[in-house]
Amino acid sequence: MAEKEKLLEIKNLKKYFPVKGGVLQRTIGHVKAVDDVSFDIFKGETLGIVGESGSGKSTLGRTILKLLDPTEGSILFEGNELAKLSHRKMRPYRQNMQMVFQDPFASLNPRMSIGELIEEPMVVQQSMSKQERKDKVVDLLRKVGLPEEAREKYPHEFSGGQRQRIGIARALSINPKFIIGDEPVSALDVSVQSQVLNLMEDLQDEFDLTYLFIAHDLSVVKHISDRVGVMYLGRLAEIGPKEKIYSNPLHPYTQALLSAVPVPNVETKREKIYLKGELPSPSNPPAGCTFHTRCPEAHERCRLEKPEMVHQGEGQYVACHLYTPAAVK
Amino acid sequence: MQNQNQPLLEVKGLKTYFYMEQDRVAKAVDDVSFTLKKGETLALVGESGSGKSITSLSIMRLIPSPPGKIVEGSVKLEGKELLTLSDRDMRRVRGNDIGMIFQEPMTSLNPVYTIGNQIAETLMKHKKMRKKEAYKRAVDLLKLVGFARAEEIVNEYPHQLSGGMRQRAMIAIAMSCDPKLLIADEPTTALDVTIQAQILDLMVEMKQKFDSSVLLITHDLGVVAEVADRVLVMYGGQIVEEATVYELFTNPKHPYTVGLLNSIPSLDEEVDRLDSIPGTVPPAHRFPHGCRFAPRCKHAMPECLEENPELRETDAHHKVRCYLYEEQGGEKVG
Repeated sequence: MAEKEKLLEIKNLKKYFPVKGGVLQRTIGHVKAVDDVSFDIFKGETLGIVGESGSGKSTLGRTILKLLDPTEGSILFEGNELAKLSHRKMRPYRQNMQMVFQDPFASLNPRMSIGELIEEPMVVQQSMSKQERKDKVVDLLRKVGLPEEAREKYPHEFSGGQRQRIGIARALSINPKFIIGDEPVSALDVSVQSQVLNLMEDLQDEFDLTYLFIAHDLSVVKHISDRVGVMYLGRLAEIGPKEKIYSNPLHPYTQALLSAVPVPNVETKREKIYLKGELPSPSNPPAGCTFHTRCPEAHERCRLEKPEMVHQGEGQYVACHLYTPAAVK
Repeated sequence: MQNQNQPLLEVKGLKTYFYMEQDRVAKAVDDVSFTLKKGETLALVGESGSGKSITSLSIMRLIPSPPGKIVEGSVKLEGKELLTLSDRDMRRVRGNDIGMIFQEPMTSLNPVYTIGNQIAETLMKHKKMRKKEAYKRAVDLLKLVGFARAEEIVNEYPHQLSGGMRQRAMIAIAMSCDPKLLIADEPTTALDVTIQAQILDLMVEMKQKFDSSVLLITHDLGVVAEVADRVLVMYGGQIVEEATVYELFTNPKHPYTVGLLNSIPSLDEEVDRLDSIPGTVPPAHRFPHGCRFAPRCKHAMPECLEENPELRETDAHHKVRCYLYEEQGGEKVG
């Protein structure tokens, strides 16, 4: 396969939140929400990020879009470093990067009509005339499968699935190259969820979009993604083409996660791998490999040494000592 | 003990309506009948607005009134009618005969009492145990649901526990009085998959240990396939299909069930495009005339728009509410 063009390069990205305590409210520690994460996103692909609550997947998305300032590390968008840019310098790049949120009701201003909501990002970017903007709104509504009359209505008049269509139209209004979906279909019923997933795929083809799709639902992520990354406690445990991740998961966490998904099928029963206990607190993550406290394969080295990402062939990378050559002690 | 063939729970013609402003009536549960056999795990599945939760709340008589009201029907537990019981007798049934687990254990556990206190309270009230005895039993129950440090957990408060642990504590409370029926309303929906697997397993284990039966309310067909014996599919306040779990997943009949199963992305197979059901679930105060699914159904025929079909048996252990199966019987919907 020819070398794919990178749209985004994330290198050693960290986002720590201070934990304050004591009488003086001094910083007494950090929640390492995103802890040294590196990966690339190629043009035109959908990269899925899965993880359980507290894995840092949402913080990762927000940090990449600079809705949160990264603590350390680098975010290269088409070769331009975004990590250190000020809010104002970031603005021209925002045109290329948009986000679709989980709860479209919370993210749409209830006092604005749908027309105004979709138009707003275009107004902010100041590149179109009023008439152009109006035409574009009608065009976008049609593209996301809503009638033109929707323009005059308000968010409360729409169902969850329709609101998510509005959120998508709004994100598309300034022709971004890159869209982050943060659990965009999690709040929807399955029959509506599939409508929105199909829509996102159609729009990706039509507008040549690149997606970062963050979700906890492994089946949904498998369906929409080309590559998948698995996060655990702020770190990337494994990343690779979805065929590899789902048919040959290497990291014990990925294996356990996949085995735990209840499958709507009564004929194939899969062997479950049970994980001990629960997710440790990200403010006090275990030393070494953060997964060692729950890992069925944990050994001495896992308690001491943090595993690095190692290439296992065909684009599959895994951060696990089962796959790293024994270090010299 | 009554006769062996008598179902544990028998719901007949249950109608629960909500009376809203502007004289609108939401027929949240509209003529629902089913039985639950002893030892069975029966799943009630549906999307939001299907009436599945209102059905379970009606069985427990926990419908907020007003605006809600059980207008018709009968709910019998071991032959005893629950809908006509006094509030006091019904409270006795709720702790003793029916145990309940809800989706959000944080809202169903009282934040100002310790876990031990909440289990012991149930035991003292319903089993007339003395305090010391009740606390001892509470520790045993916590051990039973998988707490390694049960002696400490009895003295802890709900906020000190994680979501999965709270749900375990909730199960301990629900099981404390050895209920005949456990009603679990979306018990694992708020939990992560790895924790969900633990809790589902625990439920199955508890059901066997306490020899009880389970009514499981969920939107997740994966969970249904995993734990249920029999399934009721609800749409628009009514049961549209009823079958054993094997039948339902291998030979689904109602176009809604088929659509639902096809819209779930699969972990095992690769499809280019997902099937989807056009439109959305109609609101309960504005159900369409005729079959409630007809406006979204790709097989809709003229008669579907005129009259709502009955729930009819097509094969043994399989009932469906659809005209496609009325005369020709048993042709598979694609």
